Formats: sequence, structure tokens, C-alpha cells
Amino acid sequence: MEAPPAKKIATREAYGEALLALGKECPHVVVLDADLSGSTKTKAFSKAHPDRFFNIGVAEANMMGTAAGLAAMGKTVFASSFAMFAAGKAWEQIRQSICVPRLNVKVCATHAGLTVGEDGKSHQMLEDVTLMRVLPGMTVIVPADAVEAAAAVRALVDFDGPAYVRLSRAATPVVMPDDYRFEVGKGVVLRDGSDLAMIACGVEVPAALDAADLLAAQGISARVIDMATIKPIDEALIVAAARDCGAILTAEEHQVRGGLGSAVAEVVTQHCPVPMDLVGVEDTFGESGTADELLARYGLDAASIATRAKKLVQRKGA
Amino acid sequence: MSLTKEAKARIESAAHQTRVDVIRMVNAAACGHPGGPLGMADFMSTLFMQHLRLDTDNLLDPKRDRFILSNGHTCAGLYSLLSQKGVIPRDMLMSFRKLGSPLQGHPHRNPELGIDMSTGSLGNGLSVGAGMALAARMNGWDTRVYVASSDGESQEGQVWEAATSAAHYSLANLTVMVDFNNVQIDGEMRKVMNVRDLREKYESFGWHAVDVDGHDVEAVDRALCEAKEVEDRPSALICHTLIGKGVSFMEGQPGWHGVAPNDEQAAQALAELGAA
Ligand SMILES: Cc1ncc(C[n+]2csc(CCOP(=O)(O)OP(=O)(O)O)c2C)c(N)n1
Ligand SMILES: [Mg+2]
Repeated sequence: MEAPPAKKIATREAYGEALLALGKECPHVVVLDADLSGSTKTKAFSKAHPDRFFNIGVAEANMMGTAAGLAAMGKTVFASSFAMFAAGKAWEQIRQSICVPRLNVKVCATHAGLTVGEDGKSHQMLEDVTLMRVLPGMTVIVPADAVEAAAAVRALVDFDGPAYVRLSRAATPVVMPDDYRFEVGKGVVLRDGSDLAMIACGVEVPAALDAADLLAAQGISARVIDMATIKPIDEALIVAAARDCGAILTAEEHQVRGGLGSAVAEVVTQHCPVPMDLVGVEDTFGESGTADELLARYGLDAASIATRAKKLVQRKGA
Repeated sequence: MSLTKEAKARIESAAHQTRVDVIRMVNAAACGHPGGPLGMADFMSTLFMQHLRLDTDNLLDPKRDRFILSNGHTCAGLYSLLSQKGVIPRDMLMSFRKLGSPLQGHPHRNPELGIDMSTGSLGNGLSVGAGMALAARMNGWDTRVYVASSDGESQEGQVWEAATSAAHYSLANLTVMVDFNNVQIDGEMRKVMNVRDLREKYESFGWHAVDVDGHDVEAVDRALCEAKEVEDRPSALICHTLIGKGVSFMEGQPGWHGVAPNDEQAAQALAELGAA
């Protein structure tokens, strides 16, 4: 039976709605933005709670420092910009002023990855997971869909320490159930399988689920894992996947060097060596195009994943 | 209201002790930055002894004033002052820069020792101070936030991002004290990269800004009092100082930015300070 096409919502939309709801419940939540509140979706919060929203202007470094100062005084701060400018331009401030003193700042960065689309390479941040996960004490979350994004944002309010949440501009398929309960540091098996495990994050989770359908039609049974928390990563789930399936493919809308694939490989090589294939962007910048066109062009669509999964399974048997 | 005789004496004695401690600490560590804190000692002592509200018996009072040493390399002076306030144990000072010491080579946030923020990378502190000042105002507290900065640090673009936003949000509870000594690592600030007139710059960014002789504790005190009276904007005190002040062979010498005196030099410095 054909499943009905999933509805599509951008994770940034879910973030904006979750923030708005949290604003009512949590008076200690403060939100900062850097002249992108319409795009990052912090605008709804700013309208509802003008006393707890500060637009810092086009000054991302200053925004991160300001967030640190607010957090040092007991506020829980959500700071938003595009991923390129939050993780890229203000990396040093995130390190020095937020991570070193371990303050409660949640950097929620939107417009990550190729799915930014037509704005092109200057705006298609493909290195942020690497940059953020290398920071000691930084929690890194890449939600698979709008449901998970909202759940993650909610979970972070009471979570102690700095965090980075990677969100998308484009509307992407909703794959998690409405009653989904997100836990920081826990991956989720979305579909069981035995020939290989596909571990994905962000928009690659729906792509991996579609790839699993394509593989099933060819008699290959694929386990699909949503690994939203890239740090601290769910080692037990990875080890179990390696043991049960004997091969692991990772998929991410990010440079393969340093991202989810690397994080999974760090566990696999040390605890459960099995053949792996890392699907991601191969040491190149993006370009203008629609989100779907770009995912296909850079080998991140379901068909590409399925092709590589099949090869991996063959390699495993060889 | 001008300083009482007793208050002035207290500040001067704290500044003197700071200089002595800095020489001893940096000499014991055999590395570190003596020049800056010697030059800052007078205005920093005025702040710590006369203005900064920091109750040793209730150190973690959320409403206390905050201090950020944004030119973090000058932290030997901060540690000395915090020890003189009874917050950092005196016998901890000599562990400065040593393995396991809370007195790190650049400040690491540790509110229980009076260290409100991690610093060391120049350019970052004023933004954090602005965030603290915002939070204090949101909470309806009369907390004041003080940030020490420097002429060299003023070359960092982030300082001016912070100056812009602090004025935009009318953070009258925020005060920056800039150590203007015309020195940075590679030599004379005016030759390396001239930041020009910082009072004018801060003023044009919408701040209340004054030039002050950073060694004249009465003038610094007056300027800090004035800053508290300003209700609609943050304040900048451009404190003109002499690097190495108090030790003849360090005065005005960029070379003493980040070099420790050896035992002989330390002995001479301490003798000049009357603390041999
Ligand atoms: C972002 C950054 N760049 C470079 C340095 C290295 N550094 C430390 S102190 C300093 C000179 C700063 O000038 P200033 O604070 O005026 O020095 P001082 O007057 O204390 O000698 C530099 C370049 C640093 N700590 N942070
Ligand atoms: Mg200087």
C-alpha cells in the first residue's frame, strides 16, 4: 500500500512556534536575533514578548557575546541567525564566551545546508556540525523534521549547558509521530532492518526512509536510524546497529569530513569495526538551485543513497 | 562628592599592593603580563575599593555588580585586587599560571572567586557586559556592569558592534574603562594601528565618554560617580596610563607587555616599590 505523501514543514517554522509557546511558559527565556527574525522565525516571539527579545543587528559576534552575558545572569538564551553566520562568523565568540564558561545559550541556526537553495554557496553552510561538535561541552542537534525540531527546542529549555540546533529553510517531510518524545543524546530506530543500517540526520532522514523503500523493493532490508543528537552521540545504538547489520551508511546534508559520518565512524572504528559508507557533500561548496535539485545533484537524494547502500551491502558480502 | 582622605588612602594602598603582587606573581610564574596591570593599578583600585559592589559575605548575590576584564592578559592585577577584597585567598596568588590553579593565565569564569567571565581573546568582553547589563535591567536590579578594555583591544571590530548595541539599548548601567597606554604587543599603538581619539569615538557611538588621567584616583573616582548619574546611555572612561607605572625600567616600555621580570629585575622593582 502506498503511504500518502508526508506533509512538509520547515524545521525553522517549528522552531519559531516552539519558542512562542515556551515564551509564555518560561519567563527566563530570552531570544536574540541578528536582523533575520523574519527568516529565522523568532519574530513571533519578538511580537509576543518584546521585553525579552533583542535584535542585535547585523553583528553576530556581538550577539553571541550578549547571549553569554544574559546567560551568566541566569537567563536561558536562544540566539538565532543563519547557520553560516552563527556558526561561521561567530565561532570564536561561541567558543570563548559561551562554551568555555559553559553558559546556557542555545544557538538555533537556520538556513543550514544546500536546501537554502537559490542564495547559493555564500549561504549554504555545510561545515557547521564540524565546527560545533569539536567544541568541548557543546551539544549538537540536527532535527529530522518539524516535530523533532519543536521537541528538541522544548527539551533544551531545561537542559544545562550550551547547545547548537541546526535548522532548515526549506519545507521538508514530517516523518516523526505527533507524540514523539525527544531525548538529548538518544537516536531513534525509525525502521528496522538487517542488511545494513542507515544513520541519518536532518533532511537526510526522510531521504533515508525513502531509500529504504527503494532497497526493500530490491530485497535489501535496511535499518533507518534518526541520529538527531550528533553530540553526545548515541554510541550504544551505533554499536547495536553495527552488530546487527554488519554495515553502516551515514547520510547528512553537510561536508562528509567532520560531520555526522565522522562522528559515527569515530564510534565504529573504536568499538565495532564494520564496512561504512559516508554520504554527504564531498569537499566542495554548494551553488544556486532549488532544494530538491541540489540534493539530487550532490548525491543526497533517496535514489543516490539507495545506490550507495546497495554497493555497501555488496562490499560487506565480498 | 570627592573622595575622603581615608578612601583615597585605601585606594592608593590597594594600587600599591597590586603592583607588588603583580611583580611577585609574574616573577614566580616566570611568564605573564606585568606592564598592563601596573599601568591599570590606580584606576582598577579606584573601581574595586570605592565603587564595585561585591559583598564578601554574600559573594554570589545575584544583584552584585559585575566586572569583566576584557583585556584578560592583565589578570594578575585583577587577582591581586580580588585577594585584597578577601575573595581570592592571599596564598593562592603565587599559584598564578601553574597547573591546577584557578588563577589561570587568562581569567576563567569562577563566580566563587569573583571572576565573572572568561576572557583572553580580545574583543569579546564588552558584548558580554552588554548582555549582563541587559539582564540586570530586565530584572529590575540596580546592578552595574564594569568592563575593562584597552587601546589595543579597541582595534577589534566586535568592540564597536558592542558599543553600537549598548548605546542602542541605552545601557546606562554599563561602564567601560579603557586602559589607554599607547602600547600593544608589536610596539606603540599609534604606530601599529592608531585607534585615534577613543573618547570621540565612543561619544559618536552614543556613549557618555570622558578622558581621564588613569593614575589620578580622584579624577577616576569623579568620573565613575558621574557615570552613575548618566541615565540614558552607557559610559566610557578613557583612562590614560603609563604602561609599567611604578617601576622605572618598565615605564613606557612596550617590551614589558608580556615578559616576566627575572629574579634580579623583580628585586629591583620591589625595591623601587618599597617592598623589597
Ligand atoms: C583576539 C586576540 N588577538 C590577539 C591576542 C594577543 N594579544 C594579547 S595582548 C595583545 C595586545 C593588546 O593591546 P593592549 O591590550 O593595549 O596591550 P597592553 O597595553 O596591555 O600592552 C595582543 C595582540 C589576543 N589575546 N586576542
Ligand atoms: Mg595598550
